[in-house]
Amino acid sequence: MDDAATLGTPGAALENCVISVDVIRKSFGDSHVLRDIRFAVEKGETVAIRGPSGIGKTTLLRLIAGIDTAFEGEIRRPDAMAIVFQEPTLLPWRTVSQNITLVHPELDRDSARAALEKVGIGDKADLFPGQLSLGQQRRLSLARAFAARPDLLILDEPFVSLDPLLAEEMLTLTEALIREYRPATIFVTHDADEAARLSDRILTLGGAPATLV
Amino acid sequence: MNVRLASLIGLLLLWIAAAWIGNDPEVLPMPGALLSPFWAELASGTLPYHLAMTLIRVLWAFALAMAAGVTLGLVMGLFPRVDAWLDPWLVVFLNLPALVLIVLCYLWVGLNETALILAVTLNKIPNVTTIVREGARALDPDLKAMAQVYRMPRATYLRHVVMPQLAPFVAAAARSGVAVIWKIVLVAEFLGRSSGIGFQIHLYFQLFDVVHVLIYSLSFIAVMLLVEWTMLQPWERRVRRWRTA
Repeated sequence: MDDAATLGTPGAALENCVISVDVIRKSFGDSHVLRDIRFAVEKGETVAIRGPSGIGKTTLLRLIAGIDTAFEGEIRRPDAMAIVFQEPTLLPWRTVSQNITLVHPELDRDSARAALEKVGIGDKADLFPGQLSLGQQRRLSLARAFAARPDLLILDEPFVSLDPLLAEEMLTLTEALIREYRPATIFVTHDADEAARLSDRILTLGGAPATLV
Repeated sequence: MNVRLASLIGLLLLWIAAAWIGNDPEVLPMPGALLSPFWAELASGTLPYHLAMTLIRVLWAFALAMAAGVTLGLVMGLFPRVDAWLDPWLVVFLNLPALVLIVLCYLWVGLNETALILAVTLNKIPNVTTIVREGARALDPDLKAMAQVYRMPRATYLRHVVMPQLAPFVAAAARSGVAVIWKIVLVAEFLGRSSGIGFQIHLYFQLFDVVHVLIYSLSFIAVMLLVEWTMLQPWERRVRRWRTA
């Protein structure tokens, strides 16, 4: 803990947080991508991470999610995490309801069905993801994220490749689900309106190597 | 199914034409001339016995080669360091003639079932490994990340995320595998066993009996076609169901 203190970690405040991030340094080979990024998110709080593309937002998100573990620093995260990627990232060879029950073994078919009802595709439980429209696949991806009531929700530009109408629809749905389940949410976007609408706090990445500005 | 049937009938007609032109039943008899000796072999129980012996060997070698090849291919595809070490071995074994492996196994292990099955299995493993390794290298990194974040149990991940992605590669390895394995089994029987289709072909080869050589090889081809149509293809259709749904 002494080490952390000298690095300026606001130790006491972090105790109540769902996730605390302290990335001292992240590099790929010789290229130094991120430095000194420190923040925490409380339960029910939504934090947006903004910055121009290529700055390292997705790199940071992969560190936060635990997908990439090669960095200097410490990230404390809860067990129950959920993520929504840019693409739906479903198992196309398993049915819609299996896409939820396989990822969350503690849920039975009925709970999976309830989660699907929540996003408006309750009648699609026995289809394969390939039989759904793109919008329905996104809804399934959201249902999967919220089904097990995550402590931490990570959103990686989930609306970036959608047409404006569908993006608005998904944004509204996501807003409602976040309000209902109140996870700590970390949300990566390059869209200022999206960030302002969904989040309580906006962190901006800038500089090279990137840090919070 | 109709095209398949017409195609097989075409092959039969080609045979009849060749037999008619050749006009020497000692070299190539008419298809009809095989029928009564075929019934005789079937009724005496000789054909079913040797067919069963070969089938059991094929099944053993197939099961062992698939199990070892899929495991090895998966490990080599997922861990580049292991791959770097084992890849040269793979190239050596891929280029080792089947005959050499068979002879060496008979010399080292003895003229017995173990040696035969070992030789055939070793012949097939590199092939399965190479195909499955390609599949393992092509695994979707996004699905892996998803499984990681949601803390999907390892067994679930293997069964429901990895295996479905590998299925087309495993199916390709299995189908080419059965075809190659039964041919190698026949060679191994020819060289060092006293039962099986390969042994019978060896026997009738020494007697210069084309009719019986054809009867034994065609019977086995028929059995393998049956396996392909009733087991391998339906299985493949089942695992591909989600693509066409």
